[in-house]
Amino acid sequence: MTNLTMPSISYWALSPILFMLLGGVLLMAVAALSRRALPPVVSTGLTLFAGTGALVFSLIERHHVASSKATTTVAGAIAIDGLSVVIAVTVSCSVLLATCFGHRYLERMHIAGAEYHVLALTSASGAMIMAAANDLVVLFLGLEILSIALYVLVALNRSSAKSEEAALKYFILGGFSSAIFVFGIAFTYGATGSTNLQVIAQSLAASVAAKPGILLVGLALLLVGFCFKVAAVPFHLWTPDVYEGAPTPVTGFMAAVAKTGGFAALIRVLLAGLPTARSTWTPALYAIAIVTLFGGALLMVVQRDVKRMLAYSSINHAGFIFLGILAATSAGVSADLFYLFTYSIAAIGTFGILTMLASENDDDSTIDRYRGLVHNHPVLTGCLAVLVLAQAGVPLTTGFLAKFGVVEAATGTGAIPLAILAMVSAAIAAFAYLRFVLSLYAGTPEEAVSLDLDGATRAPLAGIAVGLTVAVTVFFGIFPATLLDFVRVAADHLLP
Amino acid sequence: MSIPLSWFIILATVLFGIGAFGVLIRRNVLIMFMCVELMLNAANLALVGFARELKDVGGEATVFFVLVVAAAEVVVGLGIVVAIFRRRRSAVADELSEMGG
Repeated sequence: MTNLTMPSISYWALSPILFMLLGGVLLMAVAALSRRALPPVVSTGLTLFAGTGALVFSLIERHHVASSKATTTVAGAIAIDGLSVVIAVTVSCSVLLATCFGHRYLERMHIAGAEYHVLALTSASGAMIMAAANDLVVLFLGLEILSIALYVLVALNRSSAKSEEAALKYFILGGFSSAIFVFGIAFTYGATGSTNLQVIAQSLAASVAAKPGILLVGLALLLVGFCFKVAAVPFHLWTPDVYEGAPTPVTGFMAAVAKTGGFAALIRVLLAGLPTARSTWTPALYAIAIVTLFGGALLMVVQRDVKRMLAYSSINHAGFIFLGILAATSAGVSADLFYLFTYSIAAIGTFGILTMLASENDDDSTIDRYRGLVHNHPVLTGCLAVLVLAQAGVPLTTGFLAKFGVVEAATGTGAIPLAILAMVSAAIAAFAYLRFVLSLYAGTPEEAVSLDLDGATRAPLAGIAVGLTVAVTVFFGIFPATLLDFVRVAADHLLP
Repeated sequence: MSIPLSWFIILATVLFGIGAFGVLIRRNVLIMFMCVELMLNAANLALVGFARELKDVGGEATVFFVLVVAAAEVVVGLGIVVAIFRRRRSAVADELSEMGG
């Protein structure tokens, strides 16, 4: 009998993930053991502490990666490289913002408790594991940690029938896509003999795959699984209902974190694990990118509900992020990371403001409801307009630079038609965004209704978070050099 | 004489197909859950079949992870179904049509 050897584990390298996960576990333990209900201040404070810890440690780690080089730990299952640390920073920021927005909202909806925070921390750790996963099995576990926590988060608003319905739809389609993903892992494993991405890349580079048919099936199933998670057309059908039904702060969190985790993992699998199969996956991804760009933009125009409109907007954004992956260059990867960071901030900010304006049971978010918002909430409307316009890609905001970056990366590899189509879709989407912003400023002061229910817009924590998202969106839109450097160094240190 | 790999893979693919088809056409939420489980177990069978062919325990070890994840998924899923059933006294997907899709 052979001895069991434990792989060396660098806990230092795992510290951002551990901070998130252990923060969640600790909060859950404290909430379960305390005799009376935990005061909201405690759970919010502990979550902010865990999120800040993860943010600080991932920034330190990023510094190390930039000065030395990418490494792996836990027997090659976890990669500590530019991609994983930049995604860890993005996800930590998302958690911090979502916590600030959730604080007042949870009290208003009478669901104050540790659940929201515990689940947010857990699912964030899942997204960070996905980004760091260098092995398909670890990737699958990260995906499930992210998804299962999100299913519960979507169902959190127990008094709303919409929330339950959205959770069930998300759960069924999420479980379906996970099963497809596992079947894809099984076939990839069968064709290459390993689940480790580096070993897969080596075995594909060394020889023409022994079982090309099986590899092709595995690759296709993996792609379908990913496309479900990042909401790419034609696998997007769950997106509008889930975005509409989920509690509003959860929608923002999901838009940012699920997309970030999904795309990080997709980038690593395709560019680190299957670069030799590039001629196989490029045509499929090319087609998916085009239908995703246009599916999102065209359906956005006909929506009557803000959350549904932003759901289709997120689908359109997913199409743009595909452009960077299709370029398959270091410029493409860094443009994608820039896109994911800026989109996360803008999306959480937008949904955060909608959270502050949420109706009594958070089940009415029609565009007409926000008509003439400026007359009662001028500052908040200004912030909402900036964040929505940033998503539309208006110059002097990060949204413009993000779109510019991926389109530039695409044209750099000669994908001119795709770049043109992307810009056309952005123009169509811009119409929907502009119409929404104009309706905020429409109407007379007399017919405007105040949406400040229970004094929800006077929440200091949420106010600070709105200020931060707008500041980041505008500041990096005008002085992007720091952020561009930040993601570029990371993309240069991607594991081969 | 041992069973060839292709038999495992064909069986796994058929089971996976039945599961996927079931999720798409059945309307009872509990049966849709069962179909998702069938798909996951088809993937497990494929993993074991490949692991046996490759003489590598990696695939067999993966099965345990998938089993644990499947169990966790069912716990959450049944929780959601119970919450919905309390409100509506039914678990049929077509009746869940509050929103557009």
